[in-house]
Amino acid sequence: MHFARLFLLLFWLQSAPQVCAAPEPKFYRAAAVGESDDRIIAINALAQEGSPQATEYLKALLDDRVKVTATQVIIVLNDDKAMDPVTQQAVAMPAAAEDVVNNNRIRGELDSAMAAFALSSGSDAERLKAAHALISDPDPTKLPQIEKALTKEVQEHIRAALSLAKASIQLSDADPSVRLQAARALAESRDAATKPLIAARLKQDGSAFVERDAIVRSALAASLRKIDDRLAWGQRFGAIFSGISLGSILLLAALGLAITYGLMGVINMAHGELIMIGAYATYLVQMGFRIYWPQGFDWYPIAAVPVAFCVAALVGAAMERAVIRFLYGRPLETLLATWGISLILMQTVRSLFGAQNVPVENPSWMSGGITIFSGTVLPYNRIVVLAFAVLVLALVTLLVQRTRLGLFVRGVTQNRGMASCMGINTARVDTYAFALGSGVAGLAGCALAQLGNVGPDLGQSYIVDSFMVVVLGGVGQLAGTVIAALGLGVLNKAIEGVAGAVLAKIAVLVFIIVFIQKRPQGLFALKGRSAEA
Amino acid sequence: MATTITKINQSAPQVLSANRVTLQQIGMSIGLAMLVLIPAFNVLFAPGHALHVSDYWVTLVGKVLCYAICALAIDLIWGFTGVLSLGHGLFFALGGYVMGMYLMRQIGRDGNYKSELPDFMVFLDWKSLPWYWSLSDSFVATLVLIVLVPGAVAFVFGYFAFRSRIKGVYFSIITQALTLGAMLLFFRNETGFGGNNGFTDFKRILGASITTQSTRVTLYLLTLFTLIICYFFSRKLIDAKFGRVLQAIRDADTRVMFSGYDPVRYRLAIWTISAVMCGIAGALYVPQVGIINPSEMSPSNSIEMAIWAAVGGRGTLIGPILGAFIVNGAKSWMTVSFPEYWLYVLGAMFVAVTLFLPAGVAGLIAKLQKRKGGAR
Repeated sequence: MHFARLFLLLFWLQSAPQVCAAPEPKFYRAAAVGESDDRIIAINALAQEGSPQATEYLKALLDDRVKVTATQVIIVLNDDKAMDPVTQQAVAMPAAAEDVVNNNRIRGELDSAMAAFALSSGSDAERLKAAHALISDPDPTKLPQIEKALTKEVQEHIRAALSLAKASIQLSDADPSVRLQAARALAESRDAATKPLIAARLKQDGSAFVERDAIVRSALAASLRKIDDRLAWGQRFGAIFSGISLGSILLLAALGLAITYGLMGVINMAHGELIMIGAYATYLVQMGFRIYWPQGFDWYPIAAVPVAFCVAALVGAAMERAVIRFLYGRPLETLLATWGISLILMQTVRSLFGAQNVPVENPSWMSGGITIFSGTVLPYNRIVVLAFAVLVLALVTLLVQRTRLGLFVRGVTQNRGMASCMGINTARVDTYAFALGSGVAGLAGCALAQLGNVGPDLGQSYIVDSFMVVVLGGVGQLAGTVIAALGLGVLNKAIEGVAGAVLAKIAVLVFIIVFIQKRPQGLFALKGRSAEA
Repeated sequence: MATTITKINQSAPQVLSANRVTLQQIGMSIGLAMLVLIPAFNVLFAPGHALHVSDYWVTLVGKVLCYAICALAIDLIWGFTGVLSLGHGLFFALGGYVMGMYLMRQIGRDGNYKSELPDFMVFLDWKSLPWYWSLSDSFVATLVLIVLVPGAVAFVFGYFAFRSRIKGVYFSIITQALTLGAMLLFFRNETGFGGNNGFTDFKRILGASITTQSTRVTLYLLTLFTLIICYFFSRKLIDAKFGRVLQAIRDADTRVMFSGYDPVRYRLAIWTISAVMCGIAGALYVPQVGIINPSEMSPSNSIEMAIWAAVGGRGTLIGPILGAFIVNGAKSWMTVSFPEYWLYVLGAMFVAVTLFLPAGVAGLIAKLQKRKGGAR
């Protein structure tokens, strides 16, 4: 039975060009009723036919718009109108018409048939997508369409994809010379999907190789190496990007700390919790938009940024007024007290929102990504966060270097007594500066909410990293913080590619410990009098 | 030179008047008596008797005794030398792991897989013991390693850290990084220490079953004994010239250096001693609670050790022991009765102690006594 069907299929492959001209009514019915295997043969035959009627019919079949009666097959146009798929004439809707039910296998066949149609018609993007779909799922019955499409195709990159699709089908051709040609053609592939195809041909099936011809095998192996080389470049680029992206996250997380620790000398172990609060503020804003203004949902991050900043800044200011103020000049005590505050903040959030992670959804313009090489995708949300980090850095630099508050902060940092003598209210400057650092932590939380899970433990995972960045960069140096963050990010991802995530993290920690041995003042040591402070 | 140091020492809250020493001694005797009575009541009175102390209490207090040793160790390095370590959990866990390896080997063929190898190795499909397990069969070697492993790690780390004059908060943060890195490493299965689950399901120690009352009480008494030894050892250390130099380093390390002492050596010595004490505490802890896993190395555990010392009163020797009992007593009670609120209380403890009680409970008691004495 199975062989008979295969034979029928082969027969249709051979005779397809002849039937192409005249629509064959019996296939229309066979594609809609009967055993799945028979229906698939008919669907493929229609796909081969490629006439406008057949295209429309298969599309209708895929959209569940086809009904059958004992004698007729019809396409439903709307409630009471119908059309005969072969003659394209409108017919009355028969009373006893039944819906055609498609199982997943048939849907798959219909999908790939539609893809084959898209090869010759459709926009550039559709044709490319169809060609790519055929590369990863080679189907010998689609070969004629691919060849037809190749003769008409003018776009160079679509031609290339089509050639690859053709080659991946020809890999299992009966003729060794065709296979050899296909193997060589596949060396041009930029698509990771071709790798498993080649690998499958190189596998051993019992004692013999799947690919029996030794020459073809060596050509396949060579192609595989070439593809691997090419993909490796894509991966390297991807690793650099994710390193920079991690660096931008570290930068955001550490920037607030660079203000509170670097400039003010306050060890704030609750910094991670301020990040967490920023993330929860973002979550709340998102919920608010969803409930009160769903059509504006895409723009919620614009509202979330100032809210996250303000909430975190207020919490920070409260912390400074209530506790930290009394502990200036006692860094170890500050460390313990702020650790206590971090426990309280964490437990508060847990009581309010539960111990589980809360969902923060990306707005639509942040989902998806740019594909640079096949297989290497740069997600939009990471790109946005990178840009955001640059923006925040610019604003903070501007604030510290160019504004009156920044001048006061720097003055108080350098010489508290003298600044006080000049009429600066140092206590107030401390509060403002601490609130600013905390607010920047809130911004980091807002950005992190777009990238990962938001939960009460969010801050814990960033606190050690943030301190590492600030310590590595050198205290009191924003530039050092930037370089340390990016450096650590890229280094981490580079090692991760070789040794895995955990070992990379350990290696980075060891690196920092060793580095601090050599340069206890960080990358950019302060020179002069303030260095010994 | 010597006068400078004595002068500095006088400013430290160490010197106690004769009156207070007696009161302190009375308090200590009562505490000690209670600690001895707990296992005695557990053994002497049958379950159901009004004076019976349950096994749960023996294990719990035994556990806190281990913590008290840690608090003492933290106090030596923080309270007396001014170096805050946020990585002592690592040394505690290392001691525990060395003991755990021995206990794992003592399981023999009684594990779930009836294999000569520990269960997790069978699970990972390992065929033989890794080289660093080779000494785990011998109890004597284990005892030596309990001291050597944490000591060596602390020595090497401390040597590099103190030599490059890493001080204060920098040091605290890199010790935290150290224990975090170690935790990540131990979480991995390939490291050969049981990954996430660590070691558990111990059967026997030195041939004796680990769950029986006699083993439990023996371990308890051993821990108590170790704590007392550590206490008197620390006291000797602090009262000796060595201890005075340490306190001088805490108060003015540059001056100590200019006086001709090398602070690096002193810091390194006390740092290593402190780490070894913590390791011993860990080794006593594991057979009593019956499990050791990498979460013992988490930074929050280490920082909690610091709060034991801070609550009790750093710079005194009895304070940290008191602190370990206060904090862990509150923890055991609250995590059962009000689990929601424990972190609030712990957090508030951190804040309150640093803001209002810099000398801890011991300092508070001393202050109250002084006031009383003044009124009299």
